Amino acid sequence: MSTLLLIEQTLNGLQFGVMLFLMAAGLTLIFGVMGLINLAHGSLYMVGAFAAAAVAAATGSFILALIGSLIAAALAGVIVEMTVIRRLYDRDHLDQVLATFALILIFSEGTRWVFGSFPLFLDKPAWLSGTVMLPFGIEYSLYRLTIIGIGLVVAAGLFWMIARTRIGIQIRAGENDREMIGALGVNISRLYTLVFALGAALAGFAGALIGAIQSVQVGMGEPVLILAFVVIVIGGIGSIKGALVGAILVGLTDTLGRLLLPQVFGLFMEPSAATSVGSSLSSMSIYILMAGVLLFKPSGLFGGGH
Amino acid sequence: MKRETYLNAALLLILLVIPLWAQSADEPFIITLTTRAVIFAIAGVGLNFALGFGGLVSFGHAAFFGIGGYAMGILAYHAQTYTPLMEFPFVIEGTKSMPVIWLTAIITSALVAVGLGALSLRTSGVYFIMITLAFAQMFFFFTISWPTYGGEDGLSIYIRNDFPGLNTMDPIQFYAICYVILLLVLFFVYRAAHSPFGLALSAARQNEDRIQAVGQGPYRLYLTAYVISGAITGLAGALFADLNRFVSPTMFSWQTSGEIMIFVILGGVGRVFGPVAGAALFILLEHQLGGLSEFWHIYLGAILLGVVLFARGGLFGLFAGREVAHD
Repeated sequence: MSTLLLIEQTLNGLQFGVMLFLMAAGLTLIFGVMGLINLAHGSLYMVGAFAAAAVAAATGSFILALIGSLIAAALAGVIVEMTVIRRLYDRDHLDQVLATFALILIFSEGTRWVFGSFPLFLDKPAWLSGTVMLPFGIEYSLYRLTIIGIGLVVAAGLFWMIARTRIGIQIRAGENDREMIGALGVNISRLYTLVFALGAALAGFAGALIGAIQSVQVGMGEPVLILAFVVIVIGGIGSIKGALVGAILVGLTDTLGRLLLPQVFGLFMEPSAATSVGSSLSSMSIYILMAGVLLFKPSGLFGGGH
Repeated sequence: MKRETYLNAALLLILLVIPLWAQSADEPFIITLTTRAVIFAIAGVGLNFALGFGGLVSFGHAAFFGIGGYAMGILAYHAQTYTPLMEFPFVIEGTKSMPVIWLTAIITSALVAVGLGALSLRTSGVYFIMITLAFAQMFFFFTISWPTYGGEDGLSIYIRNDFPGLNTMDPIQFYAICYVILLLVLFFVYRAAHSPFGLALSAARQNEDRIQAVGQGPYRLYLTAYVISGAITGLAGALFADLNRFVSPTMFSWQTSGEIMIFVILGGVGRVFGPVAGAALFILLEHQLGGLSEFWHIYLGAILLGVVLFARGGLFGLFAGREVAHD
């Protein structure tokens, strides 16, 4: 195995991790501030991807498509929050799981109804296709590199927002004591809607970015949703830092596991058996990672223990 | 309490009358549909044992449903191809005998539940929901990438497995088997819920500290409940696979976990017969709405949302009033 392949796969893992972070950040914020477990987060990812594909088909502009995905997902988030989610904050997790599961059904079938069952395609723009030369002669997809860059910028922006801005202070205060900040005159229900819309927009944005690599189809959100759950469980629910660390860990484990495990087993098994055992194990690797983390830290790496 | 008893009796009667009517009217499809409802009910009763009585919100019961399914699939596959399951250290042959398959499904699910439960119960609340989900996903991806038993395509069994003295390919006879198993499971769960163990479990759900204070470790109670729950759902999985004569990784999918949970909630959490009502209603909706529109999941979603938001306690809460002991 060449070092080049290893580096390329590491970058792919990083890109995957950064995408997961966009999903996980919203999930973890929504759980941290509102105490809500939102299964419909994957649907918002899907809404973003479909909106981007529709806008790109109509205008031909990738930038407009990205903006469209942000707006559509945030809007869907606001509508869902004001009609349904709002009633769930005081309920137990079971009700939340079920109601948001119902939302997935509605979103998925609704999208199928509007756009049909066939996948849509969202092309990456010409100015982002092709490859770039990185140092040491590594050739890498420009688009994926851009995603890594965008993800890191968004992460930095989120950290800055949480730590430095007024809205960030309100979010942190809301995590600690929601009644107190209500008493101090912060409009809680508006704050909640805002946080939900922010999470939704991030998910939709991720959906649009990934939609240009994979196909845009109904049901694309759920696998990512479950990975995002794994991420926030590993990182500790409610922690943005945990979401970032968890996302990178999961991204790298998944990608490198697929590359390395079959080869590791190939050292002492015959090739066909090694491939089958290795690929079986690598598809389970992130769940094994999660189980391992929870074994030693039952509330995640950076979790305060909810 | 009285009204709940009537409702229970009515449910059992309906599940008896419909297939008998369908048999006389020569509608085998209705019998198969009712069989599905009964098997789903068993799976739901299993989940309800952990979720309703123990308060353990497991979002990964598809793991046990799938293990039951694959127990049937693997045993029957080896019997069908006349190859031994394993030869070392001792030879295990496949089998087409339902009782053996059920026993294997129950024991395997229970053993897996001991392992998963011991790990998952270290966490609580939302972490528990997600770790159970993740373990089920682990099985899902494992079966997809494991080529020996069909991988993504699943396994087909040509002929339904045998039960001594019955022709299992006859829908009404297979239905009878499932119905009797449902009755046995309901009886077992009813007795277990009212046994000292069941009472302690309910107490642990309501107040963990107090149960700790009287010297009952909640962990041991929860684990026992989780294992029983998993074993029952595993049995349902074996029956489901036999009904379809087919197993595939879909049985492990998280949508399956969600559906089993829907049966419990639609019927009423913590009611012994709740999942029976829930599964029956689900099948009815699936059948009726499916005929109404291709996009029937929208209506299902809307109804589900309505139940969660406005009809807390599900069907049983609606018709039998709120249970006294249920918090």
